[in-house]
Amino acid sequence: MADASNTDAFVEFERVQKSYDGENLVVKDLNLIMPKGEFLTMLGPSGSGKTTCLMMLAGFETATHGDIRLGGTSINNIPPHKRGIGMVFQNYALFPHMTIAENLSFPLEVRKMGKSEREAKVKRALDMVEMGAFGGRRPSQLSGGQQQRIALARALVFEPELVLMDEPLGALDKQLREKMQFEITHLAHRLGITVVYVTHDQTEALTMSDRVAVFEDGRIQQLAPPDKLYEEPQNSFVAQFIGENNTLEGTVKEINNGVALVQLDDGELIDCKPVNVSKPGERTRVSIRPERVEYNKERLSEGAHTLKAEVLEFIYMGDIFRTRLRVAGNDEFIIKTRNAPDQVRLKPGTQIEIGWLPEDCRALDA
Amino acid sequence: MSDTTQNGPVLAADGTPLKRSLAKALRMQKMRALMLIAPLLLFILVTFILPVGDMLFRSVDNRIVQNVLPNTVIALESWDPASTEIPGEAVFAALAVDMKAAAEIKVHTKVAKRLNYENPGLASIFRKSGRKIRKWDVENEGPYKERLIELNDGWADIELWRTIKTYSGRRTMGYFLNAVDMKLGAEGVTVRPENERIYNTMLIRTMRMSLIITFSCILLGYPVAWLLANLPTRTANMLMILVLLPFWTSLLVRTSSWKILLQQQGVINDVLVWIGIVGDDNRLVLINNELGTIIAMTHILLPFMILPMYSVMQTIQPTYLRAAKSLGATNWTAFWRVYFPQSVPGIGAGSILVFILAVGYYITPALVGGTKGTFISNLIAYHISTSGNWGLGAALGAILLAVVLLLYWVYDKIVGIDNVKLG
Repeated sequence: MADASNTDAFVEFERVQKSYDGENLVVKDLNLIMPKGEFLTMLGPSGSGKTTCLMMLAGFETATHGDIRLGGTSINNIPPHKRGIGMVFQNYALFPHMTIAENLSFPLEVRKMGKSEREAKVKRALDMVEMGAFGGRRPSQLSGGQQQRIALARALVFEPELVLMDEPLGALDKQLREKMQFEITHLAHRLGITVVYVTHDQTEALTMSDRVAVFEDGRIQQLAPPDKLYEEPQNSFVAQFIGENNTLEGTVKEINNGVALVQLDDGELIDCKPVNVSKPGERTRVSIRPERVEYNKERLSEGAHTLKAEVLEFIYMGDIFRTRLRVAGNDEFIIKTRNAPDQVRLKPGTQIEIGWLPEDCRALDA
Repeated sequence: MSDTTQNGPVLAADGTPLKRSLAKALRMQKMRALMLIAPLLLFILVTFILPVGDMLFRSVDNRIVQNVLPNTVIALESWDPASTEIPGEAVFAALAVDMKAAAEIKVHTKVAKRLNYENPGLASIFRKSGRKIRKWDVENEGPYKERLIELNDGWADIELWRTIKTYSGRRTMGYFLNAVDMKLGAEGVTVRPENERIYNTMLIRTMRMSLIITFSCILLGYPVAWLLANLPTRTANMLMILVLLPFWTSLLVRTSSWKILLQQQGVINDVLVWIGIVGDDNRLVLINNELGTIIAMTHILLPFMILPMYSVMQTIQPTYLRAAKSLGATNWTAFWRVYFPQSVPGIGAGSILVFILAVGYYITPALVGGTKGTFISNLIAYHISTSGNWGLGAALGAILLAVVLLLYWVYDKIVGIDNVKLG
């Protein structure tokens, strides 16, 4: 099995550790295998080790322990300029004393490419990001979004097989960011390049990636495609970090046929899917996505456990309604409903009953 | 709304034209700003602009001859300095009248001093004669020509008269010509004989050594500034204190310590002899020459190079170097193509600062320069305080000012003054 996966591995981290001060590990035992052409996002809060991993891959930080391989060969001792990895930086790092064309031409010049070939490639790269007319400008004369495109073109112009992006959209406003997310993904898939993308924005991670690695405390907490990550979080951290999430705390009563009976702290019983609980008596945190909560009894399946809830607040958000409830002593229980013509707008103070499918309710670690 | 539909000036809410209303509102601000800078403006006017103006004026001022010898100057108008004859009785009579008047209030020595700059020896003729002429009755006791020549045969020398004639104008280029080793004589502008030339050599030496000092500062300062900008803040602060340490010591103390270090029986020579690199009978001459001045001044001016370079380098983000390397550049290419061009404004600012300071430096060359390592400023100081030839000193100063302005202009043309940043 291990051998089979290694044959199509393009980027590999094997038991990689990193410490800056010799006392604390910033990256703890990282193992990651990426096939060619994958768009992988490293997602996590600041200080979780994701940027350090990226810098180790780029060659700007050395791994304290372990092996990093690119295309099957270890690159631990190869200096950054010989790795042939394209990189897009958070602040773009466009050279301010060069024009856009000179910026793009730089990686080709250091590769001793002929002038006519250089010009052709620069032109093609500029056209690719729809910036063909801007070759003679200076970076300071461009807007943030335009600089972002140029940074992207510069990282791609020398045709690297692997491109690293360190929060490249962090400095853009929301609308532009969404547009660029779309463009970067399309470009990456069209060119067939492998991308490692670092961000702390979970929406960005979900919309762009083939797979997402959620980092916390120097470890990958979960590595999965976006839908699995959102719908089947493997632990409480991932459930909390990705998307909005309701948690209820309780104790496992029994586990039967893949269904766990959990007694919540106020005594109510609910059915859950056991994810990382194994035996009765364990403390657990039950996680339910706000949009999977149902209060229309007709839509609930027969025999589903229901809980009593009091409506505390109703927020109209346009496309959806966001309602805050008190459920089993938790005042921050959120449900989201689509703004459909027949949808009921719950009034604060109303007593309702809520329920869900047992498989949407996941019993995770406490 | 009505403002935009009307023809003519836009009006403010009370009906006055908007422009006037705005000017009124801004006037108070401008007045306040002016009040704030007024003391400094006044200070600069009194202590900088006026003295510089006075110096420029003195470098061409020659009123003394006309003021002291008014009649002689008029009488000399008809005399042709190209002729071989000394002037006639009328001129001598006028001279006698002028000299008696001048000697009575003792200003004849001043004109003597002025003319002596152009023709050494004239001073004693004027001084000796002046004492005697004071007792003459200049109304009746002719003929003056014979009596004066009898008094001092210097008056019969045609060169004396040519000098007076040449320098009888209210303005003169004489000081400036002197300052570039030329001479204004009766036959026009001539280059001084080789053994009298000194100022051009000094000016060129000053420029050359200032350039060497500037380049030494760049070479020594650049790595330090780079370290300062790239070390963690705590370490950088320590290093910064070391850079600034010289500022806390008196300039004289620093220069004197260089004397102790560099002299032939000094610390450096002792160490070299002790190691065996240099023989005891063959000690290096490190001071009282150009080398001494260059070493000491590079040390003293180094902080002025490091500080502007540091503040520019601080603004260069380290990601630029990383970006260059990720694009395939070696360490050296990344530095040379990406980092260095961005640090040029700092080098420019530091170089201008160091060069201008060096060109006008005085104490250090005077103390460690000997005769070969002195600057033009030392000559200016000599003329201002020792020889008393303020006009020549002023002309030298004006030339120095002009050269610096010229270099500044050249720098602006080549590098661009916009590229100078102090941070």
